[in-house]
Amino acid sequence: MTTDDAEPGFCEPWQAQAFALANALIDQGVFTADEWAQTLGDEIKRAQAAGDPDTGETYYNHWLAALERLCAEKGLAQAGEIGTRAEEWRDAYLATPHGKPVSLP
Amino acid sequence: MPHDGHDHDHTEPPSDVALRVKSLESLLIDKGLVDPAAIDALVDRYAHRVGPQNGKKVVARAWTDPEFKQRLLDDAREAVGEFDFKGRPGERLVAVENTPEVHNLVVCTLCSCYPWNVLGLPPVWYKSAPYRARAVSDPRGVLGEFGTELPDEVEVRVWDSTAEMRYLVVPERPTGTEGWSAEQLEKLITRNSMIGVEQAKSPADLEGGA
Repeated sequence: MTTDDAEPGFCEPWQAQAFALANALIDQGVFTADEWAQTLGDEIKRAQAAGDPDTGETYYNHWLAALERLCAEKGLAQAGEIGTRAEEWRDAYLATPHGKPVSLP
Repeated sequence: MPHDGHDHDHTEPPSDVALRVKSLESLLIDKGLVDPAAIDALVDRYAHRVGPQNGKKVVARAWTDPEFKQRLLDDAREAVGEFDFKGRPGERLVAVENTPEVHNLVVCTLCSCYPWNVLGLPPVWYKSAPYRARAVSDPRGVLGEFGTELPDEVEVRVWDSTAEMRYLVVPERPTGTEGWSAEQLEKLITRNSMIGVEQAKSPADLEGGA
């Protein structure tokens, strides 16, 4: 266990984006802070049961799983839609010359 | 970046997990459910602007201003509002004070509820299964791992956070700091001391560079 005050909050940018998305949806009342905490707690338990070491390092994976689940339950975005969109983004990256901004067609 | 310097006709896609986040974000933006500016503002706030430095200001003020301390203990959400650190509506913040008789320790056994507005993002260990479980079952053992040894007669109180109720520990003001300004005192206050796993630093710790 560390005693370092300055430990970074996010290790990778996607973690910050996922964090912000969940909070933006709570701020707008799409779901409540309590619904969020229950779903996140549930995803952590589920991952633990499936063998996740749950040392805190994989925390934002659970965060994203909870976010995707609540978005599906609330009818905001379904898993299939997210998968399709991810492939579109991947293609967009591969079609964009290095150094140029990537956007969907 | 294995492609750097070899292949400039495409951009390496980010990891699968990063693509999932990007996709979800772009879908929610397209549907008008989130505002990209609000997302950027949240990232900026939590990545750069909120952190334990907020809590340090609150605790140092409580140590130097008895009336503020009383307001903080009465209604912490309102009191930290004096610093513009108020959290989301509906989130209660409770300040719990360490004394020679009582030591307070904060945990979230369910997930990672944490007083973000005053401490920023929780450290990795706060989110880990061992801490979440053992802070409740063996709080003195956990304190020992952080090097915090308390006399047997001190009562350890463990506070389990929820989405609606978050806790900030006000550590004991170290001895030998009489006459110190709030700015000087802030250097003795650590994030961990405001979670309750450690005590505030002593003036000697500062001199030792610890």
